[in-house]
Amino acid sequence: MSTHEDVLSSENLPHEPERATLEGKNKFMGFWFFLGGETVLFASLFGTYLALKNSFGEAEGTPSQDLFGLPLVFIMTMILLTSSLTSVYAIYHMKNHAFKKMMVWFGITVLLGAAFLGLEVYEFNHYVHDYGHTFTAHAFGSAFYALVGFHGAHVAFGLGWFIVLMIRNARRGLNLYNAPKFYLASLYWHFIDVVWVFIFTVVYLMGKVG
Amino acid sequence: MSTAALEKQGFGATLWDYLTTVDHKKIGILYLLGGGFFFLLGGLEAMLIRLQLMLPDNELIGAQFYNEVMTMHGTTMIFLAAMPLIFAFMNAIVPLQIGARDVAFPFVNALGFWLFLFGGLLLNLSWFMGGAPDGGWTAYAPFSIWSPTHGFDFYAIGLQITGFGTLMGGINFIVTIVNMRAPGMTYMRMPLFTWTALIASVLILFAFPALTVGLFLMTFDRLFGANFFVPEMGGNEIIWEHLFWIFGHPEVYILVLPAFGIFSEVITTFSKKRLFGYSAMVFATVLIAFFGFMVWAHHMFTVGMGPIANSIFAIATMAIAVPTGIKIFNWLFTMWGGNIRLTTPMLWAAGFIPTFTIGGMTGVMVAVAAADLQYHDTYFVVAHFHYVIVGGVVFGLIAATHYWWPTMFGKILNEKLGKWTFWLFFIGFHLTFFIQHFLGLMGMPRRYWKFLPGQELEVGNFISTIGALLMAVGTIILLYNIVKTTVSGEKCDSDPWDGRTLEWSLPNPTPHYNFKQLPLVRGLDPLWIEKTQGNGKMIPAEPVNDIHMPNNSFLPFMMSLGLFIAGLGFIFRTDSTMGYIGIVAGLVIFFGSMIIRSVKDDLGYHIHKEDLEEEGAGAE
Repeated sequence: MSTHEDVLSSENLPHEPERATLEGKNKFMGFWFFLGGETVLFASLFGTYLALKNSFGEAEGTPSQDLFGLPLVFIMTMILLTSSLTSVYAIYHMKNHAFKKMMVWFGITVLLGAAFLGLEVYEFNHYVHDYGHTFTAHAFGSAFYALVGFHGAHVAFGLGWFIVLMIRNARRGLNLYNAPKFYLASLYWHFIDVVWVFIFTVVYLMGKVG
Repeated sequence: MSTAALEKQGFGATLWDYLTTVDHKKIGILYLLGGGFFFLLGGLEAMLIRLQLMLPDNELIGAQFYNEVMTMHGTTMIFLAAMPLIFAFMNAIVPLQIGARDVAFPFVNALGFWLFLFGGLLLNLSWFMGGAPDGGWTAYAPFSIWSPTHGFDFYAIGLQITGFGTLMGGINFIVTIVNMRAPGMTYMRMPLFTWTALIASVLILFAFPALTVGLFLMTFDRLFGANFFVPEMGGNEIIWEHLFWIFGHPEVYILVLPAFGIFSEVITTFSKKRLFGYSAMVFATVLIAFFGFMVWAHHMFTVGMGPIANSIFAIATMAIAVPTGIKIFNWLFTMWGGNIRLTTPMLWAAGFIPTFTIGGMTGVMVAVAAADLQYHDTYFVVAHFHYVIVGGVVFGLIAATHYWWPTMFGKILNEKLGKWTFWLFFIGFHLTFFIQHFLGLMGMPRRYWKFLPGQELEVGNFISTIGALLMAVGTIILLYNIVKTTVSGEKCDSDPWDGRTLEWSLPNPTPHYNFKQLPLVRGLDPLWIEKTQGNGKMIPAEPVNDIHMPNNSFLPFMMSLGLFIAGLGFIFRTDSTMGYIGIVAGLVIFFGSMIIRSVKDDLGYHIHKEDLEEEGAGAE
């Protein structure tokens, strides 16, 4: 039976500090289930997108082949995939109880995530102003921004989560109480990354070939 | 903080305790109160419907109001009455049945309750703020998109908030059941109610996100000018129907599986036999859940999906009758040769079997796609789903109320009044709904405000309304029973029904840490094993030790309040600037509380070994 002092000390951490306590184990499992629910959420959005892709009704609109530009989206994809890799490094260092290195790699992850988000804002801005491809213009626009926007909102939430965690724990190091929190944030980040891989394929690549 | 100290505190302290509690037993009571309130509200709406349809060409209530009442009856009963009442018993009983001291995420559990309550209140505020939703509980586009009042805005945002709470509750129970079972409580020793709670939680997890997306799309269309369901702008109305039913059909099983679990507990206890075909029951539960995800389009046979799709969904639907049949026979075989005691819960269980079987048979009838074109949107369908949802879920919930009242409140509900409730409600139910099958076959469409004289629909509708009045009387007697028992009932024995599962091994009242020492489970029906092979008490699986407990928190209330305010803001954003203020204020409260939760360490506290030993046997 652990006391508060044990939980909060950063010495003698076990090999997998994220799952060493019952609370940690519960969080670990609960978060995986949560991601299962999120999968259904995105699956529903993907289904809606596929049903409404290039669907303009009586409205004017630019079809996906002419709208999307792959170079920018490719750069975004690479940035987000790299950020997933850097969060793996962070967790690797967490398992070795190297707190400072973990923070450095999470910091890099946040920077990459912010860069991705910045490019996405630029991309949306470009579509809106140069093509009139807005959320309200037609069903294709609604479905596109709903799917990609939901992903973007997840990225923004993930960034906020990382930043709050890093600021809160900057001065006290790793312990059994915050290790699960860092682990879950990185799990969430990987999930966002996987969703993006599907968006890249289904929305952009398949959008290009028509 | 001992239980005795809690009982002596004043009203303000008790209120604060319940506003901040993370104890699953108290959250169960909160769910029971909240769900019970909305059940009465939904019942009141049902009475208005039946009184309007008592006589032909009746003018009791107006057409617009009728549409609102009809929509809110369905929405309230499913989302705000049945779901929370199921959660009430899952909260109150599941941790006790698996031998756990609390749920996996006590904070999230409290958050789930407050989200449900604030979502339900938001939805019902629509009555006072321009009119309730009026296009049916299924909210099909285009009604829901073009409905001129704010009704469906309240629907979309109210259900969204409630849905978040339900999703969290589902995850919480999966993890609780998977991770926190007592030593020896293997999966195949879990009581059936716990099994069904687990499977229903899995269904919640994978079904609710589809509703979340559907409601988001509706919100975007109504409030933000999107075009998901607007055909002239390229939208497609059928997407809503698919998303709604991908959620909606599993929802039926989310509701009825725990009710099946309740009946399995009641029937074994009052037949004094172990459940017949336990592993077949578990298998059937899993199979029903599995099939439950593959049949959603049977609600859409008339949409025009084509004969192949219709046939596949028809056959998958009929297949569900097989595992359900397994269950019906296993309950019958459990009773067969048992030492049956016809207590109130057992009466409900016995009444459930034929009632639900009738509902199942009409279910197979409406599953025949070709025939469904005739049944669709008639009172035949209304009769069918009331037979399964009232006959299955409501009967189950009332049985559970009587069966687990001693566990939750330490007293037994009056048996005589309980039997009056049963007979009035049971007869009233069949009087109301059996005749509706025939009204439907005679062509009476559902959701219509009136019917005309001279079409031979008068007698059936009149009988139906009389039945509804009987159900109302039965419910009032149940309420009277609850008040009477609470005021003047005597504290009962900790095991009044001669129970078989772990919740009956606990003292009355249950200590807030549930088990002083976690019990060692030696098989199915662990308490019964100790009664027949041991000394009638559970063998401890651990020495007396410090117990770790979670801290109370006011943040779940604040987070839900934040979403409630932000939701109102979104609804009235276009009407006045107050809307924007509401959005900002609500989101600041919500995210602010979330950040406080993240930043402030919440390590809980320990009940020390010495204090536990001091309390001893005498304190309980």
